[in-house]
Amino acid sequence: MILTQESVKLIKEKVPLYPRRKSAILPALTIAYHQLGYVDDDIYREIADIIKVPYVEIAEAATFYTMFPKAPRGKYLIQVCHNISCALLGADSLIGYLEKRLGIAKGETTPDKLFTLISVECLGSCATAPMMQINHDFYENLTPQKVDQILDELRAEA
Amino acid sequence: MFYSPVITNAAEAATNDKLHLFKYVEDPEQHKLETYVKHCGYQAWQKVLAGMKPDEVIDEVKRSGLRGRGGAGFPTGMKWSFVPKNSPKPRYLCCNADESEPGTCKDRVLMERDPHGVIEGMAIAAYAIGCHRMFIYIRGEFGHPIRRMEEAVAEAYKGGHLGKNIYGSGYDLDMVVHTGGGAYICGEETALLNSLEGERGMSRIRPPFPAIEGLYACPTIVNNVESLAAVPHIIRHGADWYKKMGTEKSAGTKIFSLSGHVNRPGNYEVELGFPLKKLIYDPAYGAGIKDGKKLKGVIPGGASTPFLTPDMLEKANLDYESLQSVGSMLGSGAVIVFNEDTCIVWTILKLIHFFRHESCGKCTPCREGTGWLEQVIHRIEDGHGRQGDLEMIENVCGNILGRTICPLGDAAVMPIQSAVKHWRDEWVYHIEHGKCQVKPHFPFK
Repeated sequence: MILTQESVKLIKEKVPLYPRRKSAILPALTIAYHQLGYVDDDIYREIADIIKVPYVEIAEAATFYTMFPKAPRGKYLIQVCHNISCALLGADSLIGYLEKRLGIAKGETTPDKLFTLISVECLGSCATAPMMQINHDFYENLTPQKVDQILDELRAEA
Repeated sequence: MFYSPVITNAAEAATNDKLHLFKYVEDPEQHKLETYVKHCGYQAWQKVLAGMKPDEVIDEVKRSGLRGRGGAGFPTGMKWSFVPKNSPKPRYLCCNADESEPGTCKDRVLMERDPHGVIEGMAIAAYAIGCHRMFIYIRGEFGHPIRRMEEAVAEAYKGGHLGKNIYGSGYDLDMVVHTGGGAYICGEETALLNSLEGERGMSRIRPPFPAIEGLYACPTIVNNVESLAAVPHIIRHGADWYKKMGTEKSAGTKIFSLSGHVNRPGNYEVELGFPLKKLIYDPAYGAGIKDGKKLKGVIPGGASTPFLTPDMLEKANLDYESLQSVGSMLGSGAVIVFNEDTCIVWTILKLIHFFRHESCGKCTPCREGTGWLEQVIHRIEDGHGRQGDLEMIENVCGNILGRTICPLGDAAVMPIQSAVKHWRDEWVYHIEHGKCQVKPHFPFK
């Protein structure tokens, strides 16, 4: 088993909340992603065993959504919104700034596996643009100074 | 600090009896049950369970004139009345909190800062349709609002506002916080239901409409967060109070998310019918165009609504009818402002990239059409536009519009069609000269 006892327990608690077991697929994938930072075929099988639905149904759902990558990424996943409201306030330049600061191109992970940088669609922070999401939290109204400070803090924490 | 730092007009709402959604959003304790109750919270829910029949609740909401705040503007009370009275099946209520329309950031603030207001609205709606298990579908990226909502639901159970035999009325109601996996399409109600059932988030053919056969093929109502948040106020103050606000056909207040090139981007609750120009220029709201630039255009209702040009602004009020009369839509109330330095081709490329990415792939016109549009617009933006490209764009748009199961196809097309119509010269220049007339890159500073 790759999923921890805690994750298994959380997934089992989700099942009775729904009239049909299949509804627990997305919550289960989310719990697995929170533990591992990715969800691959082995995890689909573990989830299928726990909530007792066929493996193929897990795979079918998981591959539709953007939040369940099949391979691990950096410890900190930096997702920059590149959609219109953020782009009007410099999101493209923000991505360039992050590429320079991290020494990687968009879509890549730093060699120390600390940061992965990707750009994503609208995250609902349009009036506090530009913004980025790092793991589960939003960082908004970004400026170069703020970005420097955030990266320094994360490096110190790691 | 993961609490949204967004600007609101809560100070105005605190002293203006009409503005109700934002009255307490700047109170740092408002998300807690104790504070919510102190601010008259759950009184409407108590009033309903103490003596209102489900039909009386539906009638009150019908009479109030409340219309769906997610984008379509369908009358909320009428939607509820479509649930069959004699169905032996369970009924479900789903709150649509999959907020992902570019420009829209209002539901997030309500969930984060006033989650009990959403729960109370949902509870009243659930009672009106005879539902005993309700769901809120929150987009998975909303880490903080999800945590806030889960905490609020736990508190509401503890306080006896949810659960078995609520307030001794005999009514049972459970609530489930469900999180999405990252897909704009799940904000479309039938895709949301598929997603909630554990399927890929693809739209369903209607009829049957969800009110007849929705979640698990049972009667289901899907309402937007903001629509439901208005319900407790309507019940507490009455339909007459609510319909006095706004315009004759667009009653009440609405939150507008103002973003882009304005001095004060933010979320502002105003009465429907509020002048769009005032929202952009008044110092109490947008405070004008950033850096003293001129206005080029406005998207008034989220990334899927047609553009307005500065001269159209004069007649545009923020209500369903007025925006329709100037050729656009109120949508989700996301006002995106573009200054004179914005290249229209660059802007449209951003939008079509989004819709191509978010198309679920079920309908061919949308799946293939958005891909074609992105490729053609991309080559124009890259300086490789060809003669006939504009006609091809118009042709593809015409073959998507009205030919898909859900409105995503239409949503992708409408801003493009209006952008080609309003700024055709700019497109032609781009194709002929291989570059744009204006500087397309905005600095990060």
